[in-house]
Amino acid sequence: MEKVIEITQVTHRFGDKEVLKEISLSVERGEIIGLLGPSGAGKTTLIKIITGQLRPTSGTVRLAGYDMTKPDKDVYNKIGMMMDNFGLYERLSCYDNLKLYADIYQIGSERITEVLKWVGLYEDRKCPAQKLSKGMKGRLMLARAVLHRPEILFLDEPTSGLDPATTRRIHDMIMNMRSEGMTIFLTTHNMVEAEKLCKHVALLHEGSIVEYGVPEEINRRYNHMNKLRLRLYDGTMTELPNTEEAADAVREYLLHRQIETIHSTEPNLEAVFMELTGRSLVDRDEGTVWD
Amino acid sequence: MKNSIIIFKKQIKDTGKNVALLIQFIMFPLMAVIMENAIQLDNMPEHFFAGLFAVMHIGMAPLNVTTAIISEEKEKNTLRMLLFANIKPTEYLIGIGGYVFSACMVGTVIFDILFGHRGKEFIIFLLIMAAGILVSMLLGAVIGIWSKSQIAATTISTPVMMVFAFLPMIAMFNDTIAKVADIAYSQHIQILLNSVGTGTTPEPKNLIVIAVSMAIAAGGFIFAYRKCGLA
Repeated sequence: MEKVIEITQVTHRFGDKEVLKEISLSVERGEIIGLLGPSGAGKTTLIKIITGQLRPTSGTVRLAGYDMTKPDKDVYNKIGMMMDNFGLYERLSCYDNLKLYADIYQIGSERITEVLKWVGLYEDRKCPAQKLSKGMKGRLMLARAVLHRPEILFLDEPTSGLDPATTRRIHDMIMNMRSEGMTIFLTTHNMVEAEKLCKHVALLHEGSIVEYGVPEEINRRYNHMNKLRLRLYDGTMTELPNTEEAADAVREYLLHRQIETIHSTEPNLEAVFMELTGRSLVDRDEGTVWD
Repeated sequence: MKNSIIIFKKQIKDTGKNVALLIQFIMFPLMAVIMENAIQLDNMPEHFFAGLFAVMHIGMAPLNVTTAIISEEKEKNTLRMLLFANIKPTEYLIGIGGYVFSACMVGTVIFDILFGHRGKEFIIFLLIMAAGILVSMLLGAVIGIWSKSQIAATTISTPVMMVFAFLPMIAMFNDTIAKVADIAYSQHIQILLNSVGTGTTPEPKNLIVIAVSMAIAAGGFIFAYRKCGLA
């Protein structure tokens, strides 16, 4: 499979502080990769380096074949970006915000209509961006990011602070884009989002990738307890070893129709991250809305 | 060139909805029209208000508006997004500069009509105003590029604007201030504007001060751009 993003031994320092430490990562065409880490882990710095906004202190980055330490302007026609701090023209309408970029990319107005309908903002096309809710602004930024049909899309915390309904809607859009073959580089501190959307995730902690792989495989790898957790109809909780020795006990429960729920105890990415780093993916005072 | 025109059009739409900036373009031309028609005092020089407000227009509108547009785009990261869409910094600056210059020159035509200039005088008046507008725009761009936020930009641009817009007026009433104003481009723009159609030949000093001011502003612009970049 063709690799569209190749990051090799990237280190970055701000003054004396090393914010990224020898990061290496590659992304195949058409996959969604999630960069997972708490605030301050270095996610946005890495995205800035990959997209050529920052030059790394050392290391190389290739994006769609282009050397991003000395980015060629043509590469920006191949990428789309939805960054939390990339503003909209607040006084311009949704339509005019997209028209500006459609003119730059020499795209017809029918494509503006298409993406506005896709993100569900067609009815609000004449509404100034400053009057949109946060979720609607997020969708408008997503529309702008995909307007020119980029090969690679960068989404920096695309659902941060959004309500569950809007989050679900954006997730559906992201899955839809992946099915069309777009490569998506996603940063998030929402482990549910990462598990739901990403083929691979990289856990970033204090500038280093502490774990990388397929979310389910990572979770299985850290399943030290390896137990079955049962909730019975009488309200009691019980745990059994996930081995053949528990088969008879489970059979008994099943025969007597006592089991309300049954789960294996493999951890989620949050628990894996906690085990690896001793801290949570989410700063508890951030008040993030989780899906 | 195509991209500069796109930026130019974007700015027309955006400023059309930004009352604070629109006022800057029309305030002094409008005041000049009102005052020229409403107030006539004995011994008052002909077209006194038109001359006075024309210099204020030069000192205020291009400087403030250029600063406001660039600093707002920097603060809200819309400029960074444009650069990602392959808009070159020069294309952006030409688009924004072209817009501010054109809007200010519309006001200039109003002043020209108030003075009653015709033919060659009309053109010379426009050229003098254009020179002043260019210097102010360059100063505004320096402040906008240098500043990290709109508030920081306004903190710098307001006193600079007040000095260049009002110094020529205050210099009329105070000899000491007049000596200070002698190094300000707006003072010499006013002298040149008042000389149009009177048959007087401008002194080389007037042109030298304006040319040096433009060179300093251009140098400051290049320095700020190289030091801070656009986004």
